[in-house]
Amino acid sequence: MKYPENLRYTKEHEWVRVEGDLGVIGITDHAQHELGDIVYVDLPKVGASVELGKSLGSVESVKAVSDIYSPVSGEVVEVNETLGQSPEKLNQDPHGAAWLVKVRMSAPDQLKTLLSAADYQTYVGAES
Amino acid sequence: MRYLPKSDSERREMLAVCGLQSAEELFAHLPEDVRFEAPLALPPGISEFEIVDYFHARSAENANGYASFLGAGVYAHYRPVMVDTVVSRGEFLTSYTPYQAEISQGTLTTIFEFQTMICQLTGMDVANASMYDGSTAVPEAALMAARITGRHRVLASRVVHPEYREVLRTYGRHGQLSIEEFGYLPDSGTLDLEDLERKIDNATGAVIVQSPNFFGIVEDIRSVAELAHKHGALLIVIFTEAVSLGILQPPVDADIVAGELQSFAIAPSYGGPYAGIIATKERFIRQMPGRLVGETTDSRGNRAFCLTLATREQHIRREKATSNICTNQALIALMATVFMSVYGKQGLRELAEQNLAKAHYLSSLLKPRFTGPFFNEFVASTNGRAPEEINQLLLKKKIIGGVALGKWYPELEHCVLLCATEMTRREHMDEVGRAFEPVPQAA
Amino acid sequence: MIAKVRSHITQNELLLFEQSSPGKKGYQLPPLDVPPVDAATVLGAANVRSEIDGFPEVSEVETIRHFTRLSTWNYAIDLGLYPLGSCTMKYNPRVNELVARLDGLAWAHPYQPEALAQGAMNIMARLEAALAEITGMDAVTLQPAAGAHGELTGILLIRALLEKRGNPRKKVLIPDSAHGTNPATAAIAGYSVENIRSNDCGSVDLAQLERIVDQDVAALMVTNPNTLGVFEANIKSIADILHKKGALLYMDGANMNALVGIAQPGRFGVDVMHLNLHKTFSTPHGGGGPGGGPVAVKKILEPFLPLPRLKHLRNRWTFDYKRPRSIGRVRAFYGNFGVIVRALAYILAHGGNGLRNATVDAVLNANYIRKKLEPHYDLPFKAPNMHEVVFSDDRQAKHGVRTGDIAKRLIDYGFHPYTVSFPLIVRGALMIEPTETEGKRELDLFADAMASIAQEVETDPELVRSAPHSTRISRVDEVTAARRPVLKWKPGTPSAKPAD
Repeated sequence: MKYPENLRYTKEHEWVRVEGDLGVIGITDHAQHELGDIVYVDLPKVGASVELGKSLGSVESVKAVSDIYSPVSGEVVEVNETLGQSPEKLNQDPHGAAWLVKVRMSAPDQLKTLLSAADYQTYVGAES
Repeated sequence: MRYLPKSDSERREMLAVCGLQSAEELFAHLPEDVRFEAPLALPPGISEFEIVDYFHARSAENANGYASFLGAGVYAHYRPVMVDTVVSRGEFLTSYTPYQAEISQGTLTTIFEFQTMICQLTGMDVANASMYDGSTAVPEAALMAARITGRHRVLASRVVHPEYREVLRTYGRHGQLSIEEFGYLPDSGTLDLEDLERKIDNATGAVIVQSPNFFGIVEDIRSVAELAHKHGALLIVIFTEAVSLGILQPPVDADIVAGELQSFAIAPSYGGPYAGIIATKERFIRQMPGRLVGETTDSRGNRAFCLTLATREQHIRREKATSNICTNQALIALMATVFMSVYGKQGLRELAEQNLAKAHYLSSLLKPRFTGPFFNEFVASTNGRAPEEINQLLLKKKIIGGVALGKWYPELEHCVLLCATEMTRREHMDEVGRAFEPVPQAA
Repeated sequence: MIAKVRSHITQNELLLFEQSSPGKKGYQLPPLDVPPVDAATVLGAANVRSEIDGFPEVSEVETIRHFTRLSTWNYAIDLGLYPLGSCTMKYNPRVNELVARLDGLAWAHPYQPEALAQGAMNIMARLEAALAEITGMDAVTLQPAAGAHGELTGILLIRALLEKRGNPRKKVLIPDSAHGTNPATAAIAGYSVENIRSNDCGSVDLAQLERIVDQDVAALMVTNPNTLGVFEANIKSIADILHKKGALLYMDGANMNALVGIAQPGRFGVDVMHLNLHKTFSTPHGGGGPGGGPVAVKKILEPFLPLPRLKHLRNRWTFDYKRPRSIGRVRAFYGNFGVIVRALAYILAHGGNGLRNATVDAVLNANYIRKKLEPHYDLPFKAPNMHEVVFSDDRQAKHGVRTGDIAKRLIDYGFHPYTVSFPLIVRGALMIEPTETEGKRELDLFADAMASIAQEVETDPELVRSAPHSTRISRVDEVTAARRPVLKWKPGTPSAKPAD
């Protein structure tokens, strides 16, 4: 899997893409692959605050639940409502159409602590 | 011993395979100070005949052949013979939780039917595959409401079954829920809406009411719902007498319905086992406790059923589960399912109508304490006499009278809760009427 | 090759709603001996419902056929072995069904006068005493409706005692090998959960325990033998470490089938424990319940037990409500009496020696299975096991076959699967508990089946991965069931397509 260069990654397998002052957050292909068929995503509401390293929700397969840890701190301004009807999007397009939330970042400097695509690729290569 | 299918020679063979000389060696690895050397201080095993004898003797020490006017959360309804016929089938009785769908379609299908019928009866969108009983379904519903609203304050009507409220308090005691009660109106016997209005606020997560309430009286659910929803609280409606749903308007304005199914062919059995249910609106599905069975297809495209939404449950979510519950009362729920099939749409209605008629005949012989509309139970005034005195008179006629309310409602010291069902005979109701008549003063 | 009976039948059976038509009746009520009343008049028109939409109308014949046919799609103990770990799927004696249905017991109302309930109270008192003897504890409550309910009761008892001592404390320690109900229960009781890792023998690590037990720890919840079937040899030391710091030891009694008559938890440091009547004491699972989860305690916890308590006074049994320290009720009424009757009948049938013999047979059976399966499956923990044994699918995983697949293939051999993927400390676990109910023949058939499957994994792994092949329903689509839940029947949905 080639991980998109324009995303930054966490060791807990989340990614973030910058859109102006917004951070778009999702989970990586590695994560969806480990989980298997995804059946449900539990996401925060618009207006909720999220904090770097803290759980912002969870993603479920039939037999497992995994917390999603926020890669940045800020306020949720948009939630991907399409995932309610079609959680399978997370398996199909985890880096694109299956983004989870958009967050107005309170501390964009946090992005510096995240991994580049190459570093993440190495990390998951080592993990598997 | 007749339940152990091995012969001694087979045991020896198996021990040999294990490389052991005697069965005691199986326990040699246990620490010496843990091994229990003495035999258990229990009498020796007895034959089947003696077992039956023992329990016959115990059964004879209980009431036999008495007419009973007890209700108060446990009801005497006729149990169609088919119910025990079905649940006695070994494939139902001795089967395990249906985790392996391919070899459990019997259980899974009946649970799906059960879930469907409970929704039809209660007017809710989804029902689970049963809780332990009605009393424990209440705190589960309250905790569910707390999860949904994020609020931990609960207001419970005083006319919810007293023991159910006790259970709610036990579960809620440890910071999980803060529980307060609101009263009832002394004339109608219905809940006091004004008292609720005074007590409810924007920190209230749930309002809990029962209908028919503990006094047997039908509550105005719509008004309570409006009040609760106005403050952002959820409405939990409880029922203890499932037969009432055959004729009463279902609590469609509730957010969560919690109830007891004992009336549906579950023997009173001195307090259990019973089966409770939680039913709710579609949008709260993922916060429901307990097992859920869903419809799906197998790899060949056949309709099949399986346990689903298991990620709410303890074996996956562990400490973040919606409940710690592991059991569903499958066999008990099956009894209810068979009962509902036997009576069906018309039968349940007719059954409810008979209950209504019987209880209203009985009340016509007595002095009802409240004016509110009632189903098959009501509170009768003893006109100042001790309920115990009346009940003693009735016992002499092999009749068990109603429940004296004084122990739960001190203000109702001279009141008795009486229940009449389709099984209650007119002649016994007439006896009760006579027993309640004022005792003529000695000349 | 496959010597066992298969219980699936290839007929289709529609749901009740799909067989329903207006006017069909399966009931008849006797005529009223009192005047009928008009519902709208006595209840108020607004309180009367219209008909129950969609509720079935079927005949008696259709009902009996419906449920009989459905039953044939179930596996059951009456058909054969359930090797499920920690479930103790033993024989459900039929005499227990008869005695539970005796009129005086089955129709007893919990509020009938005590003078007319002495038989029921006697039964409950007798079971309390028997369970106290079996566990070596001082007092027993029969109120909890199931194991998890018993766990909650037990933890609430601990909390009440600690509160009385001035500090309820904050957390409960739970081994990573524990059943999911344990942490879920602790959370409901208001405690946070701290996991304690097993050592490489699969047991509680004493050194780690010593380190982490502090004034914030209320209790350790332990299963003994643990979920690997291995006895916690250090259990007394474990209890000492806890007691020294004012914490208590809770034992999950799910695995009591290994200990009855062999060891008494009350004598190895347990303060409170629950039992599962539907496991150790043979009451039927009935497809998922009812059960019974009595809790046994040491004297120090007795004052806090749920009320009411049975008391013998002036030659009679009575319920004692004067219990100021009680944690209150954990359910309405007194307990799952019908289940209590069955459990007592089981104990009476066995007697003291009989119960011990049953334990010996259960442990013998598990050890026999271990020996027979060891050549084919990886055994991660080599310590002596008691009534159950856990293998891993490591060897088979090399061929792309996992424990879940092996379990499904076992169905084709006529058995119910063992417990899959639990405990979590074993990768790809196969958890097997045969119970004393199984004779040598059934165990040999099981061992042969498992050996045969191990062989199939090497020669034809796809056969195993796509099992079962012999059932009416093949593997179900659990993913769609969870993504788009359909939890009830709706009118207008097409009926099932025939299986064959």
